[in-house]
Amino acid sequence: MLKKLVLAAGLTLGLVSGGLISGGLVSSARAAGDAAPLPNQTWGFHGVFGTYDRAAAQRGFQVYKEVCAACHSLSLVSYRNLRDLGFSEEEVKAIAAAYKVTDGPNDVGEMFERPARPSDRIVKPYPNEKASRAANNGAYPPDLSLMNKARVGGPDYTYALLVGYEKPPADVQLLDGQYYNKYFPGMKIAMPQPLNEGQVTFADGTPATIANMSRDVTVFMNWAAEPELEKRHRLGVQVILFLIVATGFFYAAKRRVWADIH
Amino acid sequence: MSTTAKQNGLVKWIDSRLPIFTLLDHSVGSGYPTPRNLNYFWNFGSLAGVTLIVMILSGIFLAMNYTAHVDHAFNSVERIMRDVNGGWLIRYIHVNGASMFFIVVYIHIFRGLYYGSYKAPRELLWILGVVLLLLMMATAFMGYVLPWGQMSFWGATVITNLFSAFPIVGEAIVTLLWGGFSVDNPTLNRFFALHYLMPFVIVGVVILHIAALHQFGSNNPLGIDAKSDKDKIPFHPYYTVKDLFGIGVFAIIFAFFVFFAPNFFGEPDNYIPANPMQTPPHIVPEWYFLPFYAILRSIPDKLGGVLAMFAAIGVLAVLPWLDTSKIRSTKFRPVYFWFFWLLVLDCFVLGWAGGKPAEGIYVIVGRIATAYYFLHFLVVLPLLGKLETPKPLPSSIAAAVLGSGAAPAGARMEKP
Repeated sequence: MLKKLVLAAGLTLGLVSGGLISGGLVSSARAAGDAAPLPNQTWGFHGVFGTYDRAAAQRGFQVYKEVCAACHSLSLVSYRNLRDLGFSEEEVKAIAAAYKVTDGPNDVGEMFERPARPSDRIVKPYPNEKASRAANNGAYPPDLSLMNKARVGGPDYTYALLVGYEKPPADVQLLDGQYYNKYFPGMKIAMPQPLNEGQVTFADGTPATIANMSRDVTVFMNWAAEPELEKRHRLGVQVILFLIVATGFFYAAKRRVWADIH
Repeated sequence: MSTTAKQNGLVKWIDSRLPIFTLLDHSVGSGYPTPRNLNYFWNFGSLAGVTLIVMILSGIFLAMNYTAHVDHAFNSVERIMRDVNGGWLIRYIHVNGASMFFIVVYIHIFRGLYYGSYKAPRELLWILGVVLLLLMMATAFMGYVLPWGQMSFWGATVITNLFSAFPIVGEAIVTLLWGGFSVDNPTLNRFFALHYLMPFVIVGVVILHIAALHQFGSNNPLGIDAKSDKDKIPFHPYYTVKDLFGIGVFAIIFAFFVFFAPNFFGEPDNYIPANPMQTPPHIVPEWYFLPFYAILRSIPDKLGGVLAMFAAIGVLAVLPWLDTSKIRSTKFRPVYFWFFWLLVLDCFVLGWAGGKPAEGIYVIVGRIATAYYFLHFLVVLPLLGKLETPKPLPSSIAAAVLGSGAAPAGARMEKP
């Protein structure tokens, strides 16, 4: 019986993994515009027990706030969510209060400006897409809330893109407002190199190299895209351990019930 | 009816007025005689049923928090992921459940192909299964549109446009599907309504599927009819416990994807909000449609492609009459054995080709695989039944399982 079971499991796995491979190979949207293969990075939030490095994520938030936020919105994240990254309630209030939001109408029917509260979404740099295109040479800096889930390669892509700016090869013609980045599909990107050495000053003394800032902001963006990740991993371990034990009992019960038949 | 249940006065009182306990007993209880030799591939029917229930339950909770409007759909899904308690879990169960459902059902179908479960007298059982597959595909397609990401929108545009290939009525059908002149808010609204409705239609057809199954009982790995009581054992407890074990293994695999690789089956582009002004570089359907997508693209003519795609499923419906062999199980069909595995391989090749851009070698591979797919059903199966010499069949299930002459041990299905 066990032989049959192994055979059945093997066949099933074969069919499933075959399906997975044909499924996995689908994600070739990158093939449409040629781009260099993404170098694999190791991330602390990957793996079964993966969590976000709080210090890195906080530094990453600083990079977002001081650099990226000039052009990119983060519209699905609220200031209150930053508490996940280890900011205290007071810190979150202070971060929010530095921004202005339009609220209203008030009792006399007028819109008014007030400091942002923790319950507000992170304030956008531009009021709408048209305004952001007008300010950016016609290009639209995409919202970053889901960026790490919305690109093939996820965090590896974000990181590679941020560190991937180079002098263009001689045969590449760039138009005005185009920059060379071999990890961007088509290799011509409208975003100028966003990070430069020493651009931010980290309070914890981490050197603000392009690689460090890119890594940290990638961790932060991954949290923004998958804020449930730590809870998901924790619950997943518990659920799967429980299921393995339960399935063991089911198998024992099956053996017992079938004992008189074989 | 098991004796212990019969002894309970309340159960007896209810059952004599409303025979639900008898019905249950005859469906999945000790009153349902089952071949004693079913292997683990017979678990996939119950797994499909379990997955259907999981999908309906998770779907109902998602619907409570989802907004079917082009301006709000994408963000309402993200609200489920971020702000609804346990919302990420429910959504990832539902999203991965769709892939699990297709994996289970595809294995279930290939089980039927391998062991000849579609042959007389189970033709209608099989055809109901094909109907279920079609309903599932329609439901999955409409569900994929609901998050209103880029792939939702463009997938919907491509697939609904297929119907325009039909002469005369085509354009009218497309307008009807869209509820307008492009994929827009009315499309999303009707897809949501239908996506909620269809699973219950599926439940109805599943009930018919099970009713048809119980008419002659399960086929079995030997493909010969269960004749005597020695060939059969009661469904409960033997197959209830075996199914339970299968559900446990399945749940572990399912949970792995939900918790540790929730976007494995998904397309990253669908985390970009739908934008009718910007076509993604490479529009692909979900993985479970890829073989059919490859067939669609293999025919250079639009109408021809659409017809071929539907024919790929239609040919399954008439399979009981295409296969001329009277032998059910591939175990006794030495030549068909190889053709079966060639078909499995062919389907993977189709899936692979369907996920690639429609250019160069991928088109050629897709065309060859498409040609073989139809060749298998329309030429190989009708001829093979006449040409192949099957191996000798065992005299009975019990003889094959227990060895001839051995005294049948243990449980058997006693006549009431």
